[in-house]
Amino acid sequence: MIRLENVTKVYARGARPALDDVSLEVERGEFVFLVGASGSGKSTCLRLVLREERPSAGKVFVAGRDLSNLSSWKVPELRRKIGIVFQDFRLLPNKTVFENVAFALQVIGKRRHTIQLEVPEVLEMVGLGGKEKRRPHELSGGEQQRVAIARAYVNRPPILLADEPTGNLDPTTSMGIMRLLDRINRTGTTVVMATHDEDTVNQWRRRVVELSDGHVTRDQAEGTYDSSRRVRDMTPAPDAVTVGDA
Amino acid sequence: MRAQFILGEIGSGLRRNLSMTISVILVTFVSLTFVGAAALIQMQIGKLKDDWYDRVEVTVYLCPNDSPAPTCAAGEATEDDIAGLQTVIDDELGEQVERVYVESKADAFAAFQERFPDGYMSVPLTEDDMQASIRLKLVDPETDYVVVSDVLTGRPGVESVEDQRAIFEPLFLALNRASLIAAGLAGVMLLAAVLLITTTIRLSAFSRRRETSIMRLVGASNVFIQLPFLLEGAIAAVIGALFAVGGLYVGVQYLVTDWLAQSVSWVAYVDGTDVLFVAPALIGIAFVLAAISSVVTLRRYTRI
Repeated sequence: MIRLENVTKVYARGARPALDDVSLEVERGEFVFLVGASGSGKSTCLRLVLREERPSAGKVFVAGRDLSNLSSWKVPELRRKIGIVFQDFRLLPNKTVFENVAFALQVIGKRRHTIQLEVPEVLEMVGLGGKEKRRPHELSGGEQQRVAIARAYVNRPPILLADEPTGNLDPTTSMGIMRLLDRINRTGTTVVMATHDEDTVNQWRRRVVELSDGHVTRDQAEGTYDSSRRVRDMTPAPDAVTVGDA
Repeated sequence: MRAQFILGEIGSGLRRNLSMTISVILVTFVSLTFVGAAALIQMQIGKLKDDWYDRVEVTVYLCPNDSPAPTCAAGEATEDDIAGLQTVIDDELGEQVERVYVESKADAFAAFQERFPDGYMSVPLTEDDMQASIRLKLVDPETDYVVVSDVLTGRPGVESVEDQRAIFEPLFLALNRASLIAAGLAGVMLLAAVLLITTTIRLSAFSRRRETSIMRLVGASNVFIQLPFLLEGAIAAVIGALFAVGGLYVGVQYLVTDWLAQSVSWVAYVDGTDVLFVAPALIGIAFVLAAISSVVTLRRYTRI
């Protein structure tokens, strides 16, 4: 579903590359944690997949498409296949919950009756049924993130990217968000989640890809946040690629 | 859905930047008024030329009795001189001259008496004080005068050759300069308009950067993201252009049709119809200006 082939990304000429010869493959329906310290290249990975950035060298394939020769007018089409969730939610403060989710469909030209049908359904799914008329500032952090997830998922994209979605949330709320992402993953959606949240990663035991200074230093099925614990766990890696392919 | 959504975006954008929108409208209004004024002055010049050049003639003044001019040393022009001149005109200027009319002293006196029945400035004049002339109507007064003047000046019996067109030249010159000034001011104002539209769109894009960033992420097309901004600028500019058309129409109506045409009625003037003729061009200019400044700005601010 997502494949990086020997990707190098250098932002400023002469600077240390944000990604250095990274190769990574994520299968359809997989759930992958992208872990690593700040500046290790997690966000760059996500930005490359969204084609917000182009690699300095190497190739990025998303849903079978080579992004390096994707013309810019086809980028919107690509992004309709990818949902994205951020740490800071990025909701529109002057729109209600319903309008925030509907916005994602409006701007890609969906019909009104489709929106009237889809939005309540996805809000129900993320557990916000009955809060359609609230504005973001009237909601808790966890609820706001659910709205953001609803917005990312309402168009049923085959890929969902999450950039530290639990970064601003307490552990209990994070757990709720993770359950939601897991549920979305079970519908066959490929989920890639960049995170710092050690507890979550350790609890969920999914494939973990660790980045450090722009290199992939670990790629482990059912992994944990720390590579030190891997030694204890000794989890075999290979068959992880098919996990969650439901 | 799409149209409704875009219209909603445009409406909220214009309302949110109301003061900027108003300033765009005013600046385009003023600048296009100057553009329109320059165009109307040019049209007025055209009308005057059409109108007067049909009537103007080249006058070949024949030597009177006691002219100081060297070509008239032989005294008053004789019948032979006149006949000779007519032959020259027929032979050498057949292509340039459309019509020839010889005004004798008697004709000139009759015309004089008709115009000044009581004598010029109370001085009684007789037929002998008049000057005979040959009036030439040229095919193309703009270019042929030089040829005609070259051929006829200095011939026996000719005192001077005068182009009536020369009388109007200062007027045309003044009008041309006025239209140049208007065009110059229009240029400066249009530049201001472009900069202002650019700034307005930039502000609008900045105040809606959250929306546009989300639109980009969920895969809205470029057109969909940029169209509201583009149309916002265009709508404001076109409203300015409509004001300019209205202003010019009222101006022409009061200044020209109701006042100038009443007091000096023997020339053709521009009127409301001419303003309406200029209107589409003004609206077009407004639209193109807005579109160009939008595209340039948006390329930088709402890039995919």
